[in-house]
Amino acid sequence: MATAAVGTKKLTLVQAVTDGLRTMLRESENVIVLGEDVGRNGGVFRATDGLMEEFGDQRIIDTPLAESGIIGTSIGLAMNGFRPVAEMQFLGFVYPAFNQIMTHASRIRSRTLGAFTVPLVIRAPFGAGVRAPEIHSDSVEALFTHMPGIKVVVPSNPYDAKGLLIASIEDPDPVLFLEPMRCYRSSKMDVPESKYTVEIGKGRVMKEGEHVTLLTYGAMVDASLKAANEAESKGISVEVIDLRTLYPLDKELIARSVQKTGRTVIVHEAPSTGGLGDTLISLINDTSFLYMKAPVERVTGFDTPVPMFALEDHYLPNAARITSAIHKVINF
Amino acid sequence: MENQFPKKQILNEDGVVVDDVYKSMLDESLVKTLYTKMLRARLFDRKGVNLQRQGRIGTYVPFEGQEAAQIGSSMAMEEGDWMFPTYRDHGATLTFGHSLKNVLLYWKGRQEGCIPPEGKKIFPPAVPIASQLLHAAGAAWAEKMKGTDRASIVYFGDGATSEGDFHEGLNFASVFNIPVVFFNQNNGYAISIPVEKQMKSKTIAQKAVGYDIEGIRLDGNDVFAVYFHTKAAVEKARSGGGPTLIEAVTWRYGAHTTADDPSKYRDQDESMIRRETTDPLARLEKYMQQEGIWDSSWQKQLEQDITLEIEASVHEMENEQPPHVNDMFDHVFAENPWPIEDQKEAYALVRGE
Repeated sequence: MATAAVGTKKLTLVQAVTDGLRTMLRESENVIVLGEDVGRNGGVFRATDGLMEEFGDQRIIDTPLAESGIIGTSIGLAMNGFRPVAEMQFLGFVYPAFNQIMTHASRIRSRTLGAFTVPLVIRAPFGAGVRAPEIHSDSVEALFTHMPGIKVVVPSNPYDAKGLLIASIEDPDPVLFLEPMRCYRSSKMDVPESKYTVEIGKGRVMKEGEHVTLLTYGAMVDASLKAANEAESKGISVEVIDLRTLYPLDKELIARSVQKTGRTVIVHEAPSTGGLGDTLISLINDTSFLYMKAPVERVTGFDTPVPMFALEDHYLPNAARITSAIHKVINF
Repeated sequence: MENQFPKKQILNEDGVVVDDVYKSMLDESLVKTLYTKMLRARLFDRKGVNLQRQGRIGTYVPFEGQEAAQIGSSMAMEEGDWMFPTYRDHGATLTFGHSLKNVLLYWKGRQEGCIPPEGKKIFPPAVPIASQLLHAAGAAWAEKMKGTDRASIVYFGDGATSEGDFHEGLNFASVFNIPVVFFNQNNGYAISIPVEKQMKSKTIAQKAVGYDIEGIRLDGNDVFAVYFHTKAAVEKARSGGGPTLIEAVTWRYGAHTTADDPSKYRDQDESMIRRETTDPLARLEKYMQQEGIWDSSWQKQLEQDITLEIEASVHEMENEQPPHVNDMFDHVFAENPWPIEDQKEAYALVRGE
């Protein structure tokens, strides 16, 4: 964590995204930003606010309203020398581009044994809990962790947002950069003004504990920390891990914590079946089977479409459900 | 619309030049090169079908009948330009400098088939229909941003014009004035679906109107028309004039792939008739005879030389070292993440390695 006040500024997560983009746009002419409303409007969440003024409309490009077009042309730009950062206005709008990501962006390196590569970052706000209209709240990260050839990262706080975004832009391969909308302005944090990276593939222990491991990411980190603190008051010591990267997972960190506690609760807002929780349980099975004192519990969104927002609080995992799962693994 | 977008022709079916403007540009060496490249593509294509029939390669996608469209257009491109083919465009990629061996390796199921020779900007064949139009637009956009005068050409069929990516590709190229040539080969069929069922519009060229870009319809079996009109479109792109949609009207004589039986959906007599009447090579031969530059001993020698070249590439293809299983694992990312590394090691153990 950045603790020094010197050379830092207090930023929200969305401001940290802008700061990360600005840092890389200043560093390299090859970095360009494409998307719907990213230029003059500065993005519907203001993630690209002020960038067109500083870098011009040749590098901060307002595109036609066409997700497949944005990703498809970005693929051509990426494999011809540029480092495009393409914005999907919401992750729930990515589906028209799925073919381009699945059949091209993620497999061109593999198809050509490395002759052509696609250093492309796809940014997308995602997740429920902000009273957004229909389809704006999907958490479909598992569609992409299942997709060979693309990395998936999810910051939960401003520091990680900037560091992970810079690491993603510098990565030689496609990265899906998911931004939890609920965290966009939920808190401010000291963020270094200079360039730094957060390594892709590394999680972080947000809170140390002895009895239960909570594995989570994105907007669920806050809910998990709340539940952990509540459990702490009842004498249950909970370790909370922010995975930060969903592919490839931080196997060592997860195994170390799970082996220490022997009890695990996985928290994510995406649907349960085929979700990241299943992959995490497989990882625990492969690395830590004999250490386990209780079956792994999952607190997830349901196997339903994300409901319209009148019901979204029921859909989203909350501290009560997480607390209940913590007690279940303790009392097994 | 057919009147607004007439099928342009320079060389008619009888081998007569019908557009005087081009007469002075038809020097013997150009004509002979076009003939040579078309013959090479045709002989290669026939070899491909035979190799598949003999079980020496996998499913093969033939293009016989479309040589003028593919050779005329690829000959219009220059060093440093980009080419985005489909799986039916190896006549174009071979002409633009792809290696015979690698193209054969592609049909033998080898990744190496996706790799162009050093310095040749040829993308691997697009399988998802129309998806490559956007890559061509993106790559050419990059050239424009870098300030070069290089351009892209992208190939696609009549069926591709029904896909959303066709629209998005033309629209992006139009909005950003991207130096790309959208080269459509309208061969009349998307597997079994005739073009009349694919679209109500009478031409594909007219679809350019919707994007306010130039649309050209031409006789795709007339190699002169294809060559000169594509060259003009590329030159326009190089000088900042933006994209062009070219519809080359042609016909595939054979099946969609070697796994397809065209007699199920069309009368193959039509292909026989077209071979007699509109064939791109026969037409050029007639022209050369009339011009007094046809020499049957030259043609015989040419056929022999090409056959030897193709046979040598088949030999190379068949003597290529088998692929290493790790090729599957080691190129998904620049560096293997642990899941892939674990899977690779576990599989090596099972194999006793």
